[in-house]
Amino acid sequence: MSNDRPGKVRMMQGNQACAEGAIAAGCRFFAGYPITPSSEIAENLSVMLPRLGGKFIQMEDEMAAMGAIIGAALTGQKSMTATSGPGFSLKQENIGYAGMAEVPCVIVNVMRGGPSTGMPTLPAQMDVQQARWGAHGDRGVIALTAKSAQETYEQTIRAFNLAEKFMTPVILLIDEITGHTTEKVIIPDASDIEIVHRKKPDEDPENYLPYRLTDECVPILAPFGTGYRYNVTGLCHNETGFPTNDSHDIQCLIERLTRKIEMYEDDIIRNNELMLEDAEIGVFAYGSVARTAQAVVRMCREEGIKVGLLEPKVLWPFPAKAVFAMAQKVRAIVVPELNLGQMAREVSLASECRVPVHKLGRVDGRPIPPQQLVEKIREVV
Amino acid sequence: MFDYLQYVRQENFPHIWCSGCGDGIVLKALIRSMDKLGLSQDETVMVSGIGCSSRTPGYVDINTLHTTHGRALAFATGVKIANPDLNVIVVTGDGDATAIGGNHFIHAARRNIDLTVLLYNNYIYGMTGGQCSPTTPRGAYASTAQHGNLEPPFNISGLAIAAGASFVARGDVYNVKKLETLIGKALQKKGFSLVEVVSPCPTAFGRRNRMARPVKMMEQLRDTVVSVEKWEKMTDEERKGKFRTGILKDIEKPEFTAEYAKLIEKMRPEE
Amino acid sequence: MAGEQSASKKPAVITVNTVWCKGCEICVAFCPKDCLEMEGGKCKVARPDDCIKCMLCELRCPDFAITVE
Ligand SMILES: Cc1ncc(C[n+]2csc(CCOP(=O)(O)OP(=O)(O)O)c2C)c(N)n1
Ligand code: SF4
Ligand code: SF4
Ligand code: SF4
Ligand SMILES: [Mg+2]
Repeated sequence: MSNDRPGKVRMMQGNQACAEGAIAAGCRFFAGYPITPSSEIAENLSVMLPRLGGKFIQMEDEMAAMGAIIGAALTGQKSMTATSGPGFSLKQENIGYAGMAEVPCVIVNVMRGGPSTGMPTLPAQMDVQQARWGAHGDRGVIALTAKSAQETYEQTIRAFNLAEKFMTPVILLIDEITGHTTEKVIIPDASDIEIVHRKKPDEDPENYLPYRLTDECVPILAPFGTGYRYNVTGLCHNETGFPTNDSHDIQCLIERLTRKIEMYEDDIIRNNELMLEDAEIGVFAYGSVARTAQAVVRMCREEGIKVGLLEPKVLWPFPAKAVFAMAQKVRAIVVPELNLGQMAREVSLASECRVPVHKLGRVDGRPIPPQQLVEKIREVV
Repeated sequence: MFDYLQYVRQENFPHIWCSGCGDGIVLKALIRSMDKLGLSQDETVMVSGIGCSSRTPGYVDINTLHTTHGRALAFATGVKIANPDLNVIVVTGDGDATAIGGNHFIHAARRNIDLTVLLYNNYIYGMTGGQCSPTTPRGAYASTAQHGNLEPPFNISGLAIAAGASFVARGDVYNVKKLETLIGKALQKKGFSLVEVVSPCPTAFGRRNRMARPVKMMEQLRDTVVSVEKWEKMTDEERKGKFRTGILKDIEKPEFTAEYAKLIEKMRPEE
Repeated sequence: MAGEQSASKKPAVITVNTVWCKGCEICVAFCPKDCLEMEGGKCKVARPDDCIKCMLCELRCPDFAITVE
């Protein structure tokens, strides 16, 4: 996002920043079901959307909310839902549907501790693997993350852009700390924000195939009501959108659902790197933990330990190339996270055993304080 | 002769339903009522869940959305709220709408959102091979009730009435002309409207309940259906083993998308 | 209208699409004039001259397989 103009400075919670980002991205439909610590996103949008002619609805449960945003998205609206752990679990079947039917939409998960009802008011990062594998079946997944209110604003916009571009549900994972921390957010001038809209078919209805196979691998779905009458289903389907049992068509479809994300990985993945060039210890941290890690890199450098940080902005597709590059430079990698090693596992795989990968998992609903990470790094050194 | 072909996707025929399945008969009644009302194919969306009944959209040449089991009403709610100009028809089954989707069913009715719901009630889970559904009669046989069903059934129309629907009717596939009229009324109603259609499943229900022949199931409909008008005059004794068809509720009340439009109007900044 | 009346007096043309017909017998069983029969698992028009064009067979056929003109 370019900041040609200074933008407006406002104080807000991460959850409000998410709502603001959604509006800026062009979201005009929200369906949700209340759950801590995400409810402020719904509350804010319930005020903002009707003022803009947009639609807000509180549904009867999370399955319904997820279904409603898919229905709305098929009419051409940019649509979003927000939830937390238990609700994220309930949405999974319909998230898989949106993946299969290739319906763009955004799902925000303000992560709290689990399993089950867990820790409703305390932060965690326990849903990062669920974001990848929570729904049954094989397909490519896009999941973003953010560590501050500012980033939440920006990543919400990016989530919509990626959803529209790749015709897929996009997940934004923030955590309770980010969602509930009030801080400064610079809202750029609308003209400085890049907004992507899904493509419209350029053929006439007679020649239109909703799931036409192209080199781009991304279908063009016409909004319902615009004269293109076609079928959308969660069953395996061919280019026409009708169910098929043809083995070739099915193989093509399922491979394409993965390939259409994989082939654009370099486009999608974004990382922040901090002092990695000469680092001996690499830290891999995301979300609110990345903020701690930034401070820790400086603290360690003052002590003379050469630490660097790789901070992914996109968790899925996983930034395997960046991790591998880091693994070739450093002596060890430390992965602090608010779970028991869900991303550390990916880091180990991606570093191909070149260096030891050390987990630092905290799951008591407390953030990892800088001192705890510093100690872990000292131990590794 | 009625020309169904302009409304169906001929390339998908013959359809997947079994010989004598009532679902095709309901589809035809729906097509005739759409034709009579002149519903635009471009501006009509059909949303379904999962089940034999929910395969209906694949055969109709309109905008069609075949969703997940039980969730048709949730998807349809999104479609309708996002674009209230679209006519939204929901096709669902007894299991789809009142077991896994029961919550969405009562809440869509409560909200009184302008959807027309055709619920094909065949008293069974047809698609998965004849397991019990919430409408399987007590004592009837199902693949998961091989000693006879112990549970009392839902009265689906009664459920919709209690939940707040503005139009509720029951029809059946033996009395096809009446069914067509009821569907037409439901399509015209602004608000949540339900037509519960009793539609035989000879394969999964009939075979286990001494009605394997489709004709037998149709005869049973012929012999047990009573109009609401006649029902009123019958004694409890006479009503035994019968059920009524016709309009069971038809009231005016605020409809959700219309109320939302008013809210948007109110919020509009003054010029 | 007179024109319509004379049209309805024209003998019925009953057509069965044997590819779509699944032989459920519903049309045969409920034809008030017994015009239809089953043959080889499909519906067959046996006595079209008796047809009164009540349309019930067409209305009730689940398979869009029989039409009456
Ligand atoms: C989440 C989920 N659970 C279970 C199923 C399996 N399933 C498919 S259809 C069906 C029952 C359908 O019954 P009904 O709605 O009455 O439709 P019918 O086939 O009788 O028309 C079930 C249980 C499923 N597809 N999805
Ligand atoms: S199983 Fe029953 S409901 Fe399903 S198609 Fe066959 S007859 Fe119809
Ligand atoms: S139109 Fe009526 S009389 Fe003629 S064949 Fe059909 S059911 Fe029989
Ligand atoms: S009702 Fe239709 S499918 Fe059944 S036997 Fe007659 S023509 Fe064939
Ligand atoms: Mg059923």
